[in-house]
Amino acid sequence: MASSFTRLISKRNTAVLLAGLGAGTAGFLLSENSSLAAEAKKKLYPPSSDYPDLRKHNNCMASALTPAIYAKLRDKVTPNNWTLDQCIQTGVDNPGHPFIKTVGCVAGDEESYEVFAELFDPVIKDRHNGYDPRVMKHPTDLDASKITHGMFDENYVLSSRVRTGRSIRGLSLPPACSRAERREVERVVVTALAGLKGDLAGHYYSLGDMTEKEQQQLIDDHFLFDKPVSPLLTCAFMARDWPDARGIWHNNDKTFLIWVNEEDHTRVISMEKGGNMKRVFERFCNGLKQVEHLIQERGWEFMWNERLGYVLTCPSNLGTGLRAGVHVRLPKLSKDPRFSKILDNLRLQKRGTGGVDTAATGDTFDISNLDRLGKSEVELVQLLVDGVNYLIECEKRLEKGQDIKIPSPIVQFRK
Amino acid sequence: MPFGNTHNNFKLNYKVEEEFPDLSKHNNHMAKVLTKEIYGKLRDKQTPSGYTLDDVIQTGVDNPGHPFIMTVGCVAGDEESYEVFKDLLDPVISDRHGGYKPTDKHKTDLNHENLKGGDDLDPNYVLSSRVRTGRSIKGFTLPPHNSRGERRIIERLSIEALNSLDGEFKGKYYPLKTMTDAEQEQLIADHFLFDKPVSPLLTCAGMARDWPDGRGIWHNENKTFLVWVNEEDHLRVISMQKGGNMREVFRRFCVGLQKIEEIFKKHDRGFMWNEHLGYILTCPSNLGTGLRGGVHVKLSKLSTHPKFEEILTRLRLQKRGTGGVDTASVGGVFDISNADRLGSSEVEQVQLVVDGVKLMVEMEKKLEKGESIDSMIPAQK
Repeated sequence: MASSFTRLISKRNTAVLLAGLGAGTAGFLLSENSSLAAEAKKKLYPPSSDYPDLRKHNNCMASALTPAIYAKLRDKVTPNNWTLDQCIQTGVDNPGHPFIKTVGCVAGDEESYEVFAELFDPVIKDRHNGYDPRVMKHPTDLDASKITHGMFDENYVLSSRVRTGRSIRGLSLPPACSRAERREVERVVVTALAGLKGDLAGHYYSLGDMTEKEQQQLIDDHFLFDKPVSPLLTCAFMARDWPDARGIWHNNDKTFLIWVNEEDHTRVISMEKGGNMKRVFERFCNGLKQVEHLIQERGWEFMWNERLGYVLTCPSNLGTGLRAGVHVRLPKLSKDPRFSKILDNLRLQKRGTGGVDTAATGDTFDISNLDRLGKSEVELVQLLVDGVNYLIECEKRLEKGQDIKIPSPIVQFRK
Repeated sequence: MPFGNTHNNFKLNYKVEEEFPDLSKHNNHMAKVLTKEIYGKLRDKQTPSGYTLDDVIQTGVDNPGHPFIMTVGCVAGDEESYEVFKDLLDPVISDRHGGYKPTDKHKTDLNHENLKGGDDLDPNYVLSSRVRTGRSIKGFTLPPHNSRGERRIIERLSIEALNSLDGEFKGKYYPLKTMTDAEQEQLIADHFLFDKPVSPLLTCAGMARDWPDGRGIWHNENKTFLVWVNEEDHLRVISMQKGGNMREVFRRFCVGLQKIEEIFKKHDRGFMWNEHLGYILTCPSNLGTGLRGGVHVKLSKLSTHPKFEEILTRLRLQKRGTGGVDTASVGGVFDISNADRLGSSEVEQVQLVVDGVKLMVEMEKKLEKGESIDSMIPAQK
């Protein structure tokens, strides 16, 4: 016992190590010269001693992070000095659930996806059904005129919504950003939004400064977002300094809204009551293009590349970052045992009407596209439109006592 | 995060005004002390392990606090934090610890024989007695900052030291990671088990990272001496038993602590301690002795007396609910403990508890008989 004890912690060993680095005495450890001490520490704590215990974990990061990859990447930093440990902390702290595989890692900046590609590429492949960022390209298409049959039967569809995220190139992402960077994001976005006109003209409400009355109105409109409580987000450092530089912008018509500095720099949302998904998507594309133009006028741009599409904090939102969905009543279909399989084959997912990780109330479901990367915005919205129309057809058939069919599965990626 | 925080250097590209946190709605010691000048002076500094000012204050920025409860709002990432960030932490310490000056010296006294009395608290009122403190192992960073590698070594060192104890201190270690359901139930029933921290005061300071890796509980066979490993501090050492024999609890506390310290010293490793701040712990509120000595005591009548708070203040005691910090009392039973940590010794602090609780029990008995306690109200200690 004594020998392992002393080997672990003997000051003499440290002194020998430091002497080997040319530093002289053990007193050096306490000096202001932190980089030499950091070097010594790295040798005392090789990557194997720091490798997280992921045996009880069920997330994409835990599946992909081998000790070899960890050893290779642990001491690397991005140009903004962000590290691997910071990317994976959320996945280490949240082992996940056997039935729900979360992602388990986040990017601190655009370069995280490059510097830590050996981790992020397999995570992306796992999460996005085999999409390989090393060889494939992601298509971007925001031409809403291509959408067909985008008007749903309003006896079933109560509301329609499309959301995505956009990051401002050159500024760190929410897990990593300093207060100054976050305030800069707010400034860039709010200045741009002030330039929107016509049906897109609107107003910004800073979370820190809003009045009680404004807050209540935003809650009633279902616009207000809260300080994140999900440990998936808090363990990724995204709730720091709340509510500094966070806010909500929306147009006067309340059909186009932007969250600033929540889980991403911006989350852009177009929504309406009723089933006119085509119009919702038109406003979405039009608004996005205008905002992009307005920030470009001032020398900024969105993070985007042809490997990964739009770059966002969570790898699950890469590509289009797009979730298009409806609140739809499906009282008979939702009780049919084939419901899940039908959704699967249509590449759709169901959520409760409170959003992710909520339960459905009554027979109303939130139905949206599953995929984000490898298909364009137009393709995904069309998939959603076709899928929801199919679900409504099934519901009508079941109402009439007719039988329904499980559709064939949709092809993953174009060859 | 370990091995240097180069991310901090990147932030220096922004001006002080751009980075200074908005503390306008905050009520904690850090927010009261931190000015733009201090922030500007300290923000480019790092301790040798790479801990920075923003790391120190993050928990206080994220938790504005409550108008009635003044939290500390900052933590240390390592021993050197208290030196490198003196300009912030000295005034915080002074505020929190009754005007303690940077030139003051702290007295350590773990000689249990110096305690007078303490073995005769009425068990009809005093249900249980407990003394706890914390210890940090020199040469490692603290829970807000340490890496998995460091935390695991701290665990290993602690287990080796604790497993070499014998006699009344012979015991066993239960790692949180591999505990069986039966063990877990037993530890909960014994009131020993600690949970993953949910308080944002702790989680925003990074102390819950990698849970439950490297965490565990050790206790002796008699279940009267227990050690928490890698919760809010490297070690939390607790001596407890049912009834009012605080003297015995304190004896076991002092003897056990000294045995543990001896074992660490034998291997050229000590606890973090200096003559100005005493024992160095993660939260500035626990500097000095880090000692909280207290009892669960029935004070149904006294607790509703209008002078209850004033009596506690004069006795230098504080009340908590029976679930610990930030809980409410149940059935008139309160957790009464010493309020001070820094500037007085362990013996002095436990003496205050022993004397103060004895007095309050007598007051309770008087009130039960319908008599007045006005003549018993103590002077400020």
